[in-house]
Amino acid sequence: MLKKITIEPVTRVEGHGKVTILMDEEKQVKQTRLHIVEFRGFERFIQGRPYWEAPVLVQRLCGICPVSHHLAAAKALDTIAGVDKLTAVGEKMRRLMHYGQIFQSHALHFFHLSSPDLLFGVDGDPKTRNVIGVIQEHRDLAIKGVMMRKFGQQVIEFTAGKKIHGTGAIPGGINKNLSIDERDALLKNPDLNAEMMVDWAQEALAFFKDYHSKNKDFIDNFSVFESSSMSLVRADGAMDLYHGKLRVIDKNGNKILDDVDYNDYNKYIEEEVKNWTYMKFPYLKFLGKEKGWYRVGPLARLNTVDFIPTPLAQKEFEIFKAYTNGKPNSSCLHTHWARLIEILHSAEVIRDLLNDPDLQNNDLMLKGDKRFEGVGVIEAPRGTLFHHYKIDQNDQITMANLIVSTTHNNTAMNLSVENVAKSYLSNQEKITEGMLNAVETAIRAYDPCLSCATHAMGQMPLEIIMVDNNGLEIDKLRVPQ
Amino acid sequence: MTRKKIKTLVYGFGNPGREDDGIGNAMIQRLQSWVKDNYILDVDLESNYQLNIEDAELISNYQRVIFIDASKESLKSCKLEKLTPTEKLIEFTMHAVSPSYLLYLCDELFKKIPECYLLTIKGENWNIKEGISKKASMNLDKAELFLRSVLRDSVFKKSICHEMGN
Repeated sequence: MLKKITIEPVTRVEGHGKVTILMDEEKQVKQTRLHIVEFRGFERFIQGRPYWEAPVLVQRLCGICPVSHHLAAAKALDTIAGVDKLTAVGEKMRRLMHYGQIFQSHALHFFHLSSPDLLFGVDGDPKTRNVIGVIQEHRDLAIKGVMMRKFGQQVIEFTAGKKIHGTGAIPGGINKNLSIDERDALLKNPDLNAEMMVDWAQEALAFFKDYHSKNKDFIDNFSVFESSSMSLVRADGAMDLYHGKLRVIDKNGNKILDDVDYNDYNKYIEEEVKNWTYMKFPYLKFLGKEKGWYRVGPLARLNTVDFIPTPLAQKEFEIFKAYTNGKPNSSCLHTHWARLIEILHSAEVIRDLLNDPDLQNNDLMLKGDKRFEGVGVIEAPRGTLFHHYKIDQNDQITMANLIVSTTHNNTAMNLSVENVAKSYLSNQEKITEGMLNAVETAIRAYDPCLSCATHAMGQMPLEIIMVDNNGLEIDKLRVPQ
Repeated sequence: MTRKKIKTLVYGFGNPGREDDGIGNAMIQRLQSWVKDNYILDVDLESNYQLNIEDAELISNYQRVIFIDASKESLKSCKLEKLTPTEKLIEFTMHAVSPSYLLYLCDELFKKIPECYLLTIKGENWNIKEGISKKASMNLDKAELFLRSVLRDSVFKKSICHEMGN
């Protein structure tokens, strides 16, 4: 008799999803699926709106990573506004905003969503395997997590005008520079400043590396499978989370796409629709649906880039690369390691930008000759984010296509679920909460934002279900209950 | 009545892009000029799309906090209730952090529990558009009058559950 297990909602992720696992009479996992059950609608309802509204409208997709949508849309609309290169203050203010977003989003994810699994184990007591447990055991770490998030939000507020859903980026530039008072609030506040963030980022990395040294088997061998990796990279191969060319490497590290102008993304990437989820499955056209999938996000970025252009993060990058002898890293939980290196890199970038006098310039925006189509791509916290718009003669949006980071990772997340379910659930007499949390841990490593992925409008809780071979439900886990 | 000098934060939250869900933010906009014109120096105002974990640190700096949110409950117009810390319904996502959870985090992280209230105002429409509906605006008017009197006179009881109506 087949059994079906359902996890709903998947917890400590941003959004509402569900996992189903089918098991046969021999207690073997036969099929797994990560279903995204939110309604998709943003691409449609912004049609007909004036194009300059898009950077403000589309960020309403999400309250966690709105800056990424704001900036990807603004980049696409720079092209439509006929501006190919921003002024120095325009580009640097946007970069500061973006690295503030990466910094706060990664800090939130690591300290408050993922660290309980690392600190208490995937099968730890669920009553304490949460952020409250982290506070009780590692209060200093938890406070620093909150304060790092606060610092990142301050950077966003000063550059975008608001902590959530700001308006700082406009087609062709920005609408404010950074005042001296704002700069000094971020550089000179004795309780919370950019240099402290660099120090705390290093402490967080040291904490992870210490944990890793004591738990190598778990961190190195949990849900390991090879894949291609995609990200933007700077022209010289450096990590650049704001702008660059597309690069994809295969599982062996060979560049199978490189130096690709992202305006041509649809020559290379296509999305497949499946009838059991609202989230599409992007793939590389030239490799086909079966072989063309890839990962994006922190782990993928550390696989694709040649180096990180800030000294402390570069040192950590070298240690990270040496661990796999320079080969692409395929360990799911090493995503957390990569994320922490990116936190450090972001802190260094923020500190350096704050000391750049260009941020006080007043040439905020440029104008050019209108075009009717634009593509904007950015490395969001969770991975590569595409925004593509077309407009008509009346400046109204006629087409919008958004491919968000979590969507790129759809196949990888499904494979992680399958991989972990087979390891933890096969041949088991009794399915425990800890086993199901292992499945969630695999999903969490990608830090999926399911509301973004489906462009949702509404509530977003994730669910695991067990059914027999007639499809009848046998067991179900929904957290919170 | 003489005002007690208690440092108070009034924090409205909600999605202004979902019509009446933005009623908390609308209240803060209304209070800004009132606070300024009347030299209410011990009241700070804040608004946001949603509550976030770092707000635990923010509220730790106040003796009293009044959160303002829209409600689908069948209220007459608005309701003020005192909050107690709770760890429930918190960690499956950071898209939905509740005021009571923030209070809990504030206690756990910063060892402080400000006197905390939630003022809920009845909303009517939740469509994808900006602006408060006419009916909800009337509820907002009543809530604003009530809140002003509370802030001006500092009339808070230890356990208050006040429902306003016609």
